[in-house]
Amino acid sequence: MWQFFHKLGSPKWFYDIASRLMPWLLWSGVALFMAGVIWGLAFAPPDYLQGNSYRIIFIHVPSAFLAQSVYIMMAVAATVTLVWRMKLADVFVKSAAPVGAVLTFLALFTGAVWGKPTWGTWWIWDARLTSMLILLFLYFGAIALGSAISDEKSSARAVAVLVLVGVVNIPIIKYSVEWWNTLHQPATFKLTEKPSMPADMWVPLLLAVLGLYLLFGWLACLRMQTEILVREGRTRWVRELVKPGGNP
Amino acid sequence: MAFDSFDAFLAMGGHGPYVWACYIVFFALSLVLIQWSRMQRRFVLQRLAVRQAGANTAGRNIESNGKASADFARVDSLND
Repeated sequence: MWQFFHKLGSPKWFYDIASRLMPWLLWSGVALFMAGVIWGLAFAPPDYLQGNSYRIIFIHVPSAFLAQSVYIMMAVAATVTLVWRMKLADVFVKSAAPVGAVLTFLALFTGAVWGKPTWGTWWIWDARLTSMLILLFLYFGAIALGSAISDEKSSARAVAVLVLVGVVNIPIIKYSVEWWNTLHQPATFKLTEKPSMPADMWVPLLLAVLGLYLLFGWLACLRMQTEILVREGRTRWVRELVKPGGNP
Repeated sequence: MAFDSFDAFLAMGGHGPYVWACYIVFFALSLVLIQWSRMQRRFVLQRLAVRQAGANTAGRNIESNGKASADFARVDSLND
């Protein structure tokens, strides 16, 4: 177990594993996500109340789901950075933050466009929407702080602390639809109950969520490899990789 | 199929502009993010390759001349 943990901390080991995983993550992710989206757009029945505008759900929910999951993963990595000083954990935080920011923006954007025909307004300062906006600013803060400090170790620790402080926002997003009165509908998926939708709606949604998870995994591997190359540029194994005939 | 025709599919029962705006922005922004990440990686690899090629040719010059043009050997000297 500890041996595995230490191996996981080795950038070279991670680089090799990521190279082998990436094609699988990419193509299974594309297949699941596209299957979910095409099913949802063209084949799922219209909603009896919202008509066809609800089809935005097949990208809105996956984006919002991932936006929060990525932040939780970053918080776990931040803990590892602070406790074990593992470099790879900081590589993950730095590589995932821009992806999380884009996903949060997409969740907000698709939510606003969905809100117009459904609620009659693009935006309202209610709990769910405001806490998602705060999540976007937390991502921006982590990115800005990370690039403002040039020393690798100080930067890793500062960003880790910021990410951990911001994690308090995640339960607020999650429970905002239950604690406060809001226009936002309650969660589509709950672990304890059957989905309140017919299978023709929730199966494609689940496919899209899983597909986007896999695609995030692929993109995170790609970005982490880049970050590792930058940081380990002077080591022997990177030089072997970069030299003509190497397969980076 | 939930729609009778392709036109009905595009119109989305009057909600077409909202639905398609979301999907276009989603895919456009995702592709920009992916392309940016791939370019970053290519750029980093190129920079490392150039740096390494520079280091290699510098090394080869020293070997082919038999002697480096400048000698950085430390000479211990007594200054007192």
